[in-house]
Amino acid sequence: MKAAEFDYARAASADEACRLLAGAGGEGRIIAGGQTLVPLMAMRLVRPALLVDINAVADLRGIEAGENHLNVQAATPQADALANLLLRRRLPLLTKALGFVGHVQTRNRGTIGGSLAHADPAAEICLAAATLEAELIARSAQGERIIAARDFFIGAMATALAEEECLVAVRFPVWPTAPRFGTGFQETSIRRSDFALAAAAAQLALDERGVCRRAALGLGGAATTPLVLEEAAGRLVGTTLAEDDVAAALALAEKDLAPIADLHASAEYRRRAAGAMLARALAEARAEALG
Amino acid sequence: MSQHEITLTVNGRRHAARVAARLTLVDFLRDELRLTGTHAGCEHGVCGACSVLLDGRPVRSCLIFAVQAEGAAITTVEGLAPEPGALGVLQDSFCEAHGLQCGFCTPGMLIAAEALLRRTLSPSEEEIREAIGGNLCRCTGYKQIVEAIRIAAERLGGANLAPGTDHG
Repeated sequence: MKAAEFDYARAASADEACRLLAGAGGEGRIIAGGQTLVPLMAMRLVRPALLVDINAVADLRGIEAGENHLNVQAATPQADALANLLLRRRLPLLTKALGFVGHVQTRNRGTIGGSLAHADPAAEICLAAATLEAELIARSAQGERIIAARDFFIGAMATALAEEECLVAVRFPVWPTAPRFGTGFQETSIRRSDFALAAAAAQLALDERGVCRRAALGLGGAATTPLVLEEAAGRLVGTTLAEDDVAAALALAEKDLAPIADLHASAEYRRRAAGAMLARALAEARAEALG
Repeated sequence: MSQHEITLTVNGRRHAARVAARLTLVDFLRDELRLTGTHAGCEHGVCGACSVLLDGRPVRSCLIFAVQAEGAAITTVEGLAPEPGALGVLQDSFCEAHGLQCGFCTPGMLIAAEALLRRTLSPSEEEIREAIGGNLCRCTGYKQIVEAIRIAAERLGGANLAPGTDHG
């Protein structure tokens, strides 16, 4: 359980990290927190020739407010994001999701961008990014490009990032202020903080009469990538979120599930757990909005 | 393959060393500095036995390469004792409440608990369980560990130390 040999370089800037990656001929990997990458290296599932460390790059950390979004720099530690008051106020769904990410020790080291770049199917940050339709900003020696979350996650542990690209930031849309607003994040795992067997995210905006004007629903652990449930969310818009409406939305969501089986849970268990988590997340968001 | 010069502080003492890039922080602490209190368990970030404080925050030292700890201040379980051969309040509470049996997870548990108690001396049971949630124990069933941390919090709270004080 020791990593194979590799070369190591500490980047002083994001541009330098990109140059180092470009020079590694596809054998280089960015290391930020290392909480996903180092276990993969220890198990020899990943064997980079060069690790490019971006921990010393100060401008890859931090959270800033834009007009209709929050910009989270990729190497921002998850613990810092979890404690960030701006994030809590403007992106409560992400704050809730972060509470389920790993443990104290891994959140202190693990980063927002690192979780996204590895794209574990059970990862809460990936689920929040997909549900909120975040945009991911990738930089290479050739320049920057913006990738929509829906195009970013392409499979289990697989993303649209090219070998020579470094994820530098994530832009999370912040919804315009609504008279009533609520979020829900629910997850089930073997022990608290273990990998999610199923996780669900919900965000709702209602008008002053209690009619749902905008809804976003997502599921993690229910397929190889985070699922964004557009049809189910669409079913809620224009309703008062009565019991029948919620039930109809949940029924629509069920069609999209494609859970995988592994050592921890069968596909059938995951299917039922995903449905139950979605019902709870939706109930949580609804209760908060109507609060 | 690359070799790197690093300097870091461990338990208040400055060290300079030359390390291979692939050497993990836990192996550096144990094999180079001979600080064998920190235990190497699963070596892939699951068990928490290798927890140390890095600049005051608990982290898993098997998931950090020593070269990445350049310039950092590390506290290992050896750094929690007020002096060689003595036990701090937290360690004492673990003995008293039978918070350990085989002892393998204990260094990690102590580091996780230390980080919690530096933040608050009146943790709820939920907060205690959350703080040690990343540490596996196969003996105790956790109950006595939670109790030990509660007792330590009570005693340290009674001692009226300023928050962040090293209460070794």
